[in-house]
Amino acid sequence: MITDSASRRYHGFAIAMHWILAIALVILFILGHYMADLPFSPQRLKLYNWHKWAGVTMLLLSAVRLAWRLTHRPPGLPQAVTLPMPGWQKQAYKATHVVMYALFFIVPLVGWAYSSAAGFPIVLFGVLPLPDFVSASKPLAELIKPWHELSANTLAALVVLHVAAAVKHHFIDKDGLLDRMRPGRT
Amino acid sequence: MTFFTTTARATALALLTTLGASAAQADQKLLPAQSEIAFVSKQMGVPVEGRFRKFDAQIAFDPAKPQTGKIAFSIDIASITLGSPEPDAELPKAPWFNTAKFPQATFHSASIKGLGGGKFEVVGKLTIKGNILDAVIPVTLVQTGTTTTASGTFTIKRLAYKIGENEWADTSMVADAVQVKFKLALSGVGKL
Repeated sequence: MITDSASRRYHGFAIAMHWILAIALVILFILGHYMADLPFSPQRLKLYNWHKWAGVTMLLLSAVRLAWRLTHRPPGLPQAVTLPMPGWQKQAYKATHVVMYALFFIVPLVGWAYSSAAGFPIVLFGVLPLPDFVSASKPLAELIKPWHELSANTLAALVVLHVAAAVKHHFIDKDGLLDRMRPGRT
Repeated sequence: MTFFTTTARATALALLTTLGASAAQADQKLLPAQSEIAFVSKQMGVPVEGRFRKFDAQIAFDPAKPQTGKIAFSIDIASITLGSPEPDAELPKAPWFNTAKFPQATFHSASIKGLGGGKFEVVGKLTIKGNILDAVIPVTLVQTGTTTTASGTFTIKRLAYKIGENEWADTSMVADAVQVKFKLALSGVGKL
């Protein structure tokens, strides 16, 4: 028999993916903003390549995560959470997750497209050349450029909303919501 | 009348001889609009292509007698571009090409050897950033109409020419080997 607390928790794999990608996302977001302002230097070149390698790795992990999510039903929200929740919050909760998942793909794909358009094909970890799905073109690169940052900033804003909502539930409503995603303990 | 005709004939002959001689010597011209000098360097494994917009050549070359040929080539280094403004602003500076001190790269052939099938091996001195090194350049000639296209690919070691000094000397960032690709359209080259 599955205990109540066990059924409300996410699967260990989902929990691992959530936290690995969460940490990677924060680091990549900060790195992306930091490196863009650096002067032309080997340091800048190095950080750009690391950023691209990490971004492509996150894209792959996000695909694995989405496949897992679509084939494994996540635990529903506990009744303690859903009962006092107004309808708009339930809608916002669903929409936030759908849009975040979409951006897990959009942000790295737009970055990849920008790199290709700018004439710098991505060579993963310096050894594996990735295909260019757009051709090298300066006008195209200029067109794509703002959208990587814009989509990343949108994702960051949703992450802040997501974290704020989770923290509010756990510490203000005291409904134990974070236990579902807490690593290590069952 | 007879005198006039004879003089005219002699003049015409002299003119033709002069033209013939110069055709073998100096009438071989580079057609810049149809020519290109590009290079590929690797930045952390990423191939980055660049090119030079301005270059010129003095060529005296007869495919029938390649060993007597002479090729002199010069590139205006400041015309370098990687296609994006940031590296283009850096490359003329001292750690890279120092164009203020070394505005030109040059090549002077020492010997040209025919290998058959329109292929030649040109050996000479390549000077970049004041460093003179021996270079062996394979050249393939293809003729269409009056245009002869000389093309080839060779590799240079950038550090041997001190291209990219100090922090940029790190070959894990920018590889030492740089592939140079050229396609030079020439007019006035004799038949292969």
